[in-house]
Amino acid sequence: MPSLKDLKNRIASVKSTRKITKAMQMVAAAKLRRAQDAAEASRPYTDRFNTVMDGLASGAAGSASAPRLLSGTGSDQTHLLVVMTAERGLCGGFNGNIAKLARSHAQKLLAQGKTVKILTVGKKGRDVIKRDLGDHFVEHVDLSAVKRISYHNAQSIAKDVLVKFDAGEFDIATIFFSRFENVVTQHPTASQIIPAQFEAVEGGETSLYDYEPSEEAVLADLLPRGVATQIFAALLENAASEQGARMSAMDNATRNAGDMIDKLTIEYNRSRQAKITNELIEIISGAEAL
Amino acid sequence: MANVQFDLVSPERLLASVEASEVQIPGADGDMTAMEGHAPTITTLRPGVLRVVHSGGTDEYVVSGGFAEITAKGVSVLAEQALPRGEMTQEVFNAMIADAKAAMKSAEEVFKNEPGPVDDAAKLISDMVAMGGHIGLTSN
Repeated sequence: MPSLKDLKNRIASVKSTRKITKAMQMVAAAKLRRAQDAAEASRPYTDRFNTVMDGLASGAAGSASAPRLLSGTGSDQTHLLVVMTAERGLCGGFNGNIAKLARSHAQKLLAQGKTVKILTVGKKGRDVIKRDLGDHFVEHVDLSAVKRISYHNAQSIAKDVLVKFDAGEFDIATIFFSRFENVVTQHPTASQIIPAQFEAVEGGETSLYDYEPSEEAVLADLLPRGVATQIFAALLENAASEQGARMSAMDNATRNAGDMIDKLTIEYNRSRQAKITNELIEIISGAEAL
Repeated sequence: MANVQFDLVSPERLLASVEASEVQIPGADGDMTAMEGHAPTITTLRPGVLRVVHSGGTDEYVVSGGFAEITAKGVSVLAEQALPRGEMTQEVFNAMIADAKAAMKSAEEVFKNEPGPVDDAAKLISDMVAMGGHIGLTSN
């Protein structure tokens, strides 16, 4: 049985924890708004880009002269996994879910005898998968100093990936991130970026356009940009998901702290009452004995 | 005169969406002006100044890289980097030039015996310098 003083201290400590989680929840809510706005703002670009790419790629995919970014290297021996997670914790299962998906994917590939290389973005995911897949790490991108994800960040990651691809270090690249559905649901997602995958559009659409300088040149110019665009979109989705996950995790924590305070307060009152009753009994029995 | 729907988007935001009577685009193979009824064209961009003429006057934007999709009814410019000309300061310009120079340096390292990518990077720099001269900024 803890003493009254212990209980009082305990209640005070849980109360200050609740204050912190409440503040974190509100900060996450504000950041979520901003992250969602950023994701929203990038959508027109991504949509249009994909429409044009779909048209171009479906025209070029069949031809033998298609760029390697589109047709692949002809092998699928070496896989590069780009695992994007948060730089900070306290966001529920967010980092764990992405890492879990990446890990199961990697283990499946390893079981098939493929070579796996891992590029991590964000240190939390790196810590999680380090234990079993640490030997496969090739590079790490640190975004902890970045307050607001800009296209520039995506471009530099894309450049890293493309340089590795040109150097023949891998055949297939897949990115892992969390797709933002709403505040309570985020789906960990894997999406292949090299070789590029595009939805085929019905024929005829492509021949409508004149291409300047030429269809091949435009395609060769756009494919690397496509990689950056996809990484950028994934980073934005991830940022929104992270804040959403943190918001609901902190909401839960605030509620749990509230429950705990209620329980502790009841316990405190009961033991205070018990103490008073005890004292009364002592006084009364003392008076009776006289 | 009929107008075309003009949209300028960068990955981070939608910069402009107006009805324009003509749009002057810095295409990779040379400048072109798109007006209503233009043949459907997709062209890549070089760094340069994009001019949009509409009923309220003329807007100018500085774009670097990307592509434009032109149809009879509209022009969509998807620029990697785009800002209104007024926001184009010497500092921004210097940063762009520095980026381009860094890209050229890494291209030189990666593609030692293939001139293609290095030439592309060199052209990018000269396009930027030309654009800077056009709007009154100097490169050092």
